[in-house]
Formats: sequence, C-alpha cells, structure tokens
Amino acid sequence: MARCMSLLARLRKRTRPLMSPAFACPTQISSGNRTTGRVPGKAADPTQWIGTAPMLVLAGCSDRQSALHAHGANARRIFDLIWSFGAVAAATWLLVMLLLAAALLRQCPADATRSPLETDPHQERRLACAVTSAVALTVLVLIMLTTASFFAGKSIASLSGTETLTVRITGHQWWWEVRYPKDEPSQAIVTANEIHVPVGEPVKVELDSPDVIHSFWVPNLAGKRDLIPGRPSELTLIADKPGIYRGQCAEFCGYQHAHMAITVVAESREAFDAWQSRQDAAAPAPDGDEGRRGQQAFLSTGCALCHTIRGTHASGTIGPDLTHLASRRALAADTLAMTPGALAAWIADPQSMKPGAKMPRIALSADDLNAVVTYLGSLE
Amino acid sequence: MSGIAGKSAEPQQEALKGVRDTGLEEARLRAFLAHTWRTPKGLYGWLVTVDHKLIGRRYIVTAFLFLILAGLSAVAMRFQLAQSEAGHIGPDLYNQLFTMHGTTMMFLFAVPVMEAFAIYLVPLMIGTRNVAFPRLNAFSYWVYLFGGLMIWVAFAFETGADAGWFSYVPLAGPEYGIGKRPDFWAQMVTYTEVSALAVAVEIIATVFKQRAPGMSLDRIPLYVWSVLVTAFVILFAMPAVMVSSTMLILDRLVGTKFFDPTAGGDALLWQHLFWFFGHPEVYIIFIPATGFVSAILPTFVRRPVFGYLGIVLSLVAIGFLSFGLWVHHMFATGLPQLGESFFTASSLMIAIPSGIQIFCWIATIWGGRPIFATPMLFVLGFIFTFVIGGLTGVMVASVPLDLQVHDTYFVVAHFHYVLVGGAVFPLLGAVYYWFPKISGRMLSERLGRWNFWLVFVGFNLTFFPMHILGLQGMPRRVYTYPPASGWGEMNLFISLSSLVVVAGFALFFLNILLSLRNGRIAGDNPWRASTLEWATTSPPPSYDFSRLPVVTHREPLWAEPDLLPVVEGLRVDAREVLAGTVADAVPQLRVPSADNSIWPLLSAIAVGGAFLGSIYTPWAVVWGAIPVSIGFICWFWPKGEPEDEE
Repeated sequence: MARCMSLLARLRKRTRPLMSPAFACPTQISSGNRTTGRVPGKAADPTQWIGTAPMLVLAGCSDRQSALHAHGANARRIFDLIWSFGAVAAATWLLVMLLLAAALLRQCPADATRSPLETDPHQERRLACAVTSAVALTVLVLIMLTTASFFAGKSIASLSGTETLTVRITGHQWWWEVRYPKDEPSQAIVTANEIHVPVGEPVKVELDSPDVIHSFWVPNLAGKRDLIPGRPSELTLIADKPGIYRGQCAEFCGYQHAHMAITVVAESREAFDAWQSRQDAAAPAPDGDEGRRGQQAFLSTGCALCHTIRGTHASGTIGPDLTHLASRRALAADTLAMTPGALAAWIADPQSMKPGAKMPRIALSADDLNAVVTYLGSLE
Repeated sequence: MSGIAGKSAEPQQEALKGVRDTGLEEARLRAFLAHTWRTPKGLYGWLVTVDHKLIGRRYIVTAFLFLILAGLSAVAMRFQLAQSEAGHIGPDLYNQLFTMHGTTMMFLFAVPVMEAFAIYLVPLMIGTRNVAFPRLNAFSYWVYLFGGLMIWVAFAFETGADAGWFSYVPLAGPEYGIGKRPDFWAQMVTYTEVSALAVAVEIIATVFKQRAPGMSLDRIPLYVWSVLVTAFVILFAMPAVMVSSTMLILDRLVGTKFFDPTAGGDALLWQHLFWFFGHPEVYIIFIPATGFVSAILPTFVRRPVFGYLGIVLSLVAIGFLSFGLWVHHMFATGLPQLGESFFTASSLMIAIPSGIQIFCWIATIWGGRPIFATPMLFVLGFIFTFVIGGLTGVMVASVPLDLQVHDTYFVVAHFHYVLVGGAVFPLLGAVYYWFPKISGRMLSERLGRWNFWLVFVGFNLTFFPMHILGLQGMPRRVYTYPPASGWGEMNLFISLSSLVVVAGFALFFLNILLSLRNGRIAGDNPWRASTLEWATTSPPPSYDFSRLPVVTHREPLWAEPDLLPVVEGLRVDAREVLAGTVADAVPQLRVPSADNSIWPLLSAIAVGGAFLGSIYTPWAVVWGAIPVSIGFICWFWPKGEPEDEE
C-alpha cells in the first residue's frame, strides 16, 4: 500500500547539520562589549560576523527553556506553586501507598470456613471513621491548594498595567513576527523570532495570529498564552536576570510546529536602547562587489516578494523582515544557527531543513547564492 | 419463587399458546432455549446475530486490534523521538501518527472497549438474557467497525487525520486543513458517536428495566452502577462532539462559517464544544474502569466492597462534575479571573469523589485477606499509578501552574497515568478476571504475572520521566527537538522503556492465544466470586440463564452459595425477557426480545455509505437518506407476531 511504501522510504536515516543557538551554550550577555566596524565583503568567514554579536559567557545549556529555572517574577511564582503542589502530591501519594501496603500486609486470621459476608461490625465502624477522616483531610488539602493557586494567579495578574514597553508578536506558520510599536506606525521596529527586553522592566507582549492557533511560551519567564485568530490577547513578561531565554510555540500548529522557537534576549537598559537604535536604522547599502551582486540577486529573483529589507524596494510581508537579519542569533525560527554556511544551506534548500515551511526553493547559481549570503550577512 | 413472575404473567396465559418453562425438566428446557436463542451457523449467522455475548466479544476483539494499531503508532513516534533531530519520520507522517494514535485510543479503543465489556457483562450480571434493543446493539457494532476501518484505510492512503485528536480549528478548518484529512476525522467521530449513543441507550434501558427480580437499586453490582452512570455521561456529552464535528464538516464542505473569525464565527467555540465532550470523555473511560476495580477487588480480598453507598454516590458525583471541568483544557486561551477560579475549584473538587473511591477500596483490602492473583495485581497497579495521575491532575487544575505545563510532556505523562494507569490496568485485570467466563478457559497465571510486571514497570519507566521532560520545557506534538535542548538522553530512555511495555502487551496477547487453546478449563465460578454472571456456565449459553435468577442479596452467590432461587413462567418457544420496576425490580411484564436480523448490518452499511459520501459531497446526505430509510423500514417491519397484535 502507498502508506507502507512511503514509510519504508522514510526509514532511511538523514542527518542534518542543525544547531539551535538559543539552546547552544553561549548564553549570558555582558552588555556593551559589542564590536562594531567590520571589514566588508568577507562574510564567508564564519567567525567574522558571529564575532560581532554581543560577547557571550558560557553557561548551562539545557536550562534555557525550562520551567524549573525561573528568571522572571511570573515564572518564579509558578515555580513556587509547582514545588508546593508537587510536595503535597508526593506526600499524599506516599501516604496512600503506605496505607495500601499496611492493608495488604496486615496479618488477618485465615479462616477458610468463614463466609465472605461475615464482617466484623467493630472493624466496619473503624474503617468508616478512617475513610471519613481521609476524605475530610482531602477536602482540607484541596481548599489549601485552591487558595494557594488563587493567590498566585492574582499576584501574576497584578503585574499587568505596570509595563514600560510593548512588544507586538504575531504568530505565523512557523515563525514569529515581532514589532516594537512607535507613535508613528511606520516607524515601528520590525524583526522576527528574537525579542530584546530590558532586564527588570515589565514588558507587555501583545499576541495575535492571522492563521492558526499558536501559543507563546518562554518558560523561564512566564506561563504560556495562546494566539487565537480573531482574539488578540496579552501577557506580561519580566526578566530579572540578563540572559538568553528560549521559547517555543506550545499549541500544535501544523507541519513545523517543532521548529517554531523564539529567542528572548534580556539585557541592560543601555544595551537594549543601543539595540533598538540599531534596529531603527534602514539597511546599509552593500559596500563591495560581492555584496552588491547579492543585493541584486536578492531583489531580482523573487526573495523580495516575501521579505522586506528596509532601505531597498524589497517590501514583501509574507516572510520575516530581513533588514537586520545578521544581528539575530538564529535562522528559520531557531532551526539553524546564524552562520554563513547555515544561511547558504537554508536558502539553497529550505524544504530539506524545515519540510513544509512556506519558503520555496529558489534557483540561484552557486555564485549568486554566495553573493546573497554575503549580502544578507552584512545586514546587522 | 416461581410465583413472582407467574403472577404478573397470569392474565396473558390465555392469549399465549407458547410453551412455558414452568415445571419443565432441565435438559428439555435447555434444548428449547438453545433452539429459540440460537445464532445460525456460518458467515450468515455471524452477520445476523443479536446475541449480546457474540457482539460484545466481537467489540472487544475489534477494540484490541485498534489498540495494537494505536500502540504501533506510538512505537513509531518513540523511534523518531529517541534522538534529537532524527530523520526517520518527517513532520507530515509524524503529525498523522500522533493524531491517529490519540484518535484511535480515545474513539476506537478506550470508549468502545468499555462499552464492549458492558454489552457482554451487564445482562449476565443483572440476570437477563439479552440487552434491551438487541438489534440496535448489532447496528452499533457495525457502525463502529465501519468508522474505524474508514479512518485507518484513509491513513493507509496518505489521508490520515493530522490535526490532532482534538482537531482544533482553524488548523483543521477549510483554509488550513490538508486535503480530506480533517473530513475523515470528523466523519469517523460521527460514526463512533452514533454507536456510543446507541450502546448508552441500551445500557440504560437494560439496567433500569431488565434486572432480575429482587435486584433493587441497592443490590445492583457496582460495576453495573458504573456503566449506568457512564451511559448517562455518554448521553449528555456525545451530542456536543457530534454537533461540533458536523459544524466542522459543514464549514469545510458547504462553506458555513461557524469557526471563521473573519466572518463572525469563533475559533474558540470549537474548543468549548469539543472539550464539553472531551472532558467527560475521560470519565466515560475512567468510570467503567473503577467498576472493574469494584468487581475484581471483593473477589480477591474475600469480602464485599466497603462503602457501597459511598462508591455509588461518588460515581454519580463524578458523572455530574465531569461536565464542569472542560475549561481546564483551555486555561492558556485566556479567561476572566473569576471563570478561572471556578474551573480550578471544580477541577479540584472531582478529586473528592475519586478519593472516596480509593479510600473505600483500601478499606476493603484492610478488612479482607488479599489473594495476589493476576487480576488483583492489576488492581494494585491501578491504585499505584492512578493516584499519581490524579495528583498531577490536581496540579494541572491550578490555572497558573497549568500555564507552565499545558501542552508539554508533563500533561502527556499526566493523562497517560490517568488513562493507562486508571483505565487500561483495570481493563487488563478485567480481561484476566472475565476471560474464564467468556472463553471457558483460564489464562495462564505465570504469563499473567510476567505480563503485569512488564507492563507496570515499563509503563512507569516510560511515562514518569515525561513529567520532568515537560517541566524542562519540552512541548507536545513536536516531531523533533534540537540537540542542545538536553532532552535527548531522557527521550532515549523513554523510547527504550516503551519497548518493555510492548513486550508486556505481546505477552498479554500471547497468553490469550495460548490459553484459548490450552488454558485450564475454568468451570462456572473459578474465582468463587459473588455476582450473577458466575452462576451460569462458562462460556454462557446463548440464553445466558436457563432460568432467570431471583436476587435476595447484594452478593447473590455468597448469600446463596448452594442454589439460587429462580423465576419460572417464561416462554421457551419465543425470545422473552423479564421487565420490572426501575427502583425495586419487581417483575411487571414478559417482554419479547428481538430475533436475529440482517437489517442492522444493511442499515449500518447504508448509514456508513451516507457518512462516507458526505465527505465528498453534501448531496450524499440526500441520496443516502433513501437506502437508510429502506434499511430502517425493513428493520422495524411488523412480523405479525401475537404481541404485535395485542
């Protein structure tokens, strides 16, 4: 049958050079260490424009997306709740198991002649007392837990309204559009799959989706909130430690639900302001033959139909804004690390990296491909 | 005792010329009844039978076949997830696999298998000869079978449902649903709902009206209580999902806009409708499983269940409360604070009746002397795992906590503890317990122990780590994860552990196959149990009981260990059952019971064809109505029997 054949076909092993930067070890930022000024036209050197990203300090890798490593007020309240509920649950379970073990191991006088219907009325009364007290205890514990949950919820809700910054996030199949609104709508900063927030300041995250339901979830900072078409919602985020946190879409949204991650960079106010002002600028004109050839190829082969690069006439809105692509840490919603090699591989064949993604494969000559990579690599 | 039925039947004595069983010698009586209640031999007999035992058995076997399919999809998923960024299974197939796994487990295995046991056991446990509406029973099986086959055949042709077992819109809607995949899903749901509703109606009517004389409400076995409550939950929950799946298919097929926010519809409406069914669904699976526990436990601790009334009231309370929890699947969609608190409270409240049951069972064990046979092991395994599932359920009932663990592996762990620990363990225990009754042979205890320990240990090794994985941030329904996430080792461990569960289930099926042929002959009551099904032969004859029993005690076979009192006065030349009052089961009437018929099958084919056709064109409903009407008209055509004329 068709299914069996295709199953067999898929059972061959494929390996892909994938790497998820927000999970990858370099994590904590020490702000202000940013190297500027770079030699144009040498983007093919992988260390070059990666080196221009903020200096990073090595830290644990697997706690970048974990509810157990709370680095924000919301997540910490929930973390406390997880522990208290967890402890009560563990104690309850242990107690029930002890009771069960005691009941099983109790030495009852074996009496083969006794009918199973002959029960000891005294024992029945004692059992009734025991069951009643156990139920009463259950009710008491449940009331305590409900109260704890209610107050945690209230304290989380109390954060909203104190925000100093708004980020507007739109979920797309399968990437995140990020906007920092300004008074003049056309001045808004537009980027994708990476948000920057100042440490210690509550940030209002406005959520919406034009296609299917997604869910915005950065477990180190806060619980999740769904993005439901036609029902804009919001969430308050606060990070109280500089760092890079990874979030991931938590509501099944189709083929590439697994590759729909977002990076949250929490940094000092100064570093954040500096980032904002860099993002404000339009893309610089390419300064080198290779870069110019890349821009030309980008604008003439269809890339511009879907992507915007401010400062050029590329103004498509289907895919992510690429004005400052090279300043981001990852490609394709954290599917690949931002390296020239990965970028080239992604442009050459997006469907093998992220099957089902909306980005088509565009036929480019090898030279054009390299040029486009050089050009995009210069967009910091 | 012959007087009870005889008295009420007396006025009709003149009109009915049929032979009665009064005073009939046992061998002749059995010969008469065997002829009257027979199922013809061969394929034709297989297609026309309305015997609740044959249909129940068939239902059970079919449900377990679907369990195997759903289990194999889970193994395939674990194969893919064993390593990060593995390329064995791509997103397209993976999404179909987890959708088929969930859909099959919920709609084609768990609910039907619970109904199947009810169909088989209820008439035996309450002392009657068939369910009420036997032909509806046959019809429900065929509809279920066609629904299940349809969605799996569609899967074989690359049209497997892939939007999750919950099929959220807009992902499953007209714009984003891929090809005909969501339509097959929606129609499969319609099929299985029709069959579930049919069974619910049968069970309610059977339990209310056909109990053996003397089986007043407070003498109904706890298992029967549990399926009765379940039947009511089905009756109120299933229409919600039938409505929503119909709205979905209308959105997709004829362009209605129920769920389209740009046209005044609402994507969230789907979730409310779906979970208004979806949460009771969990209890539709879980409540009968508690019934299994309440049936198995007393036999193996040699005393009646402690707190009969408390358990019955708990079952009824769970049935009611199960309708107040649906929103806890939707906390992340954002609700007003007051609403959140209400649903947190109601979700926590259901822990009370569940707790009462657990405490009553432990008290039962305390007051008895446990015998560690395989069914009992499964009951103990059930308590061990289900309490974990219940407690993590208390955790996810808290709104803020749920916002961290919702849609992560924590929830995957939680509901597998509830559904596998809470329902599948008792189910396996039930198979070991009633297999002797169904087949006449015992299952091997040695294989049974291996089976239990492999499944129990394998299950906990597989699913417990998922709690941690979820807290560490791994979301559900992802076909892969990055190497740097640090989830790789635990996933590998889980995948390897799942093989232990597979080995356990392989032993289970092996045990059944071997024991069907070579098992020790069971005898009527191998466990020395107390309920009526053990009063007849193993396997039971087509007429269940040669004379219908009279019940004088809640544990009839313990109270009357030597000989049960019986009813006399029923016809033996025509299918008849006894109908009594709802509360006290005082016999009122002898009611004819439907004979074999091919029309339930033909009607099911007609209904199935109409549903299948409606995936492609709305006109199928119009044209399909013609064969469906013909089927139903022939099914109910009066036969000119005496009672038709009275």
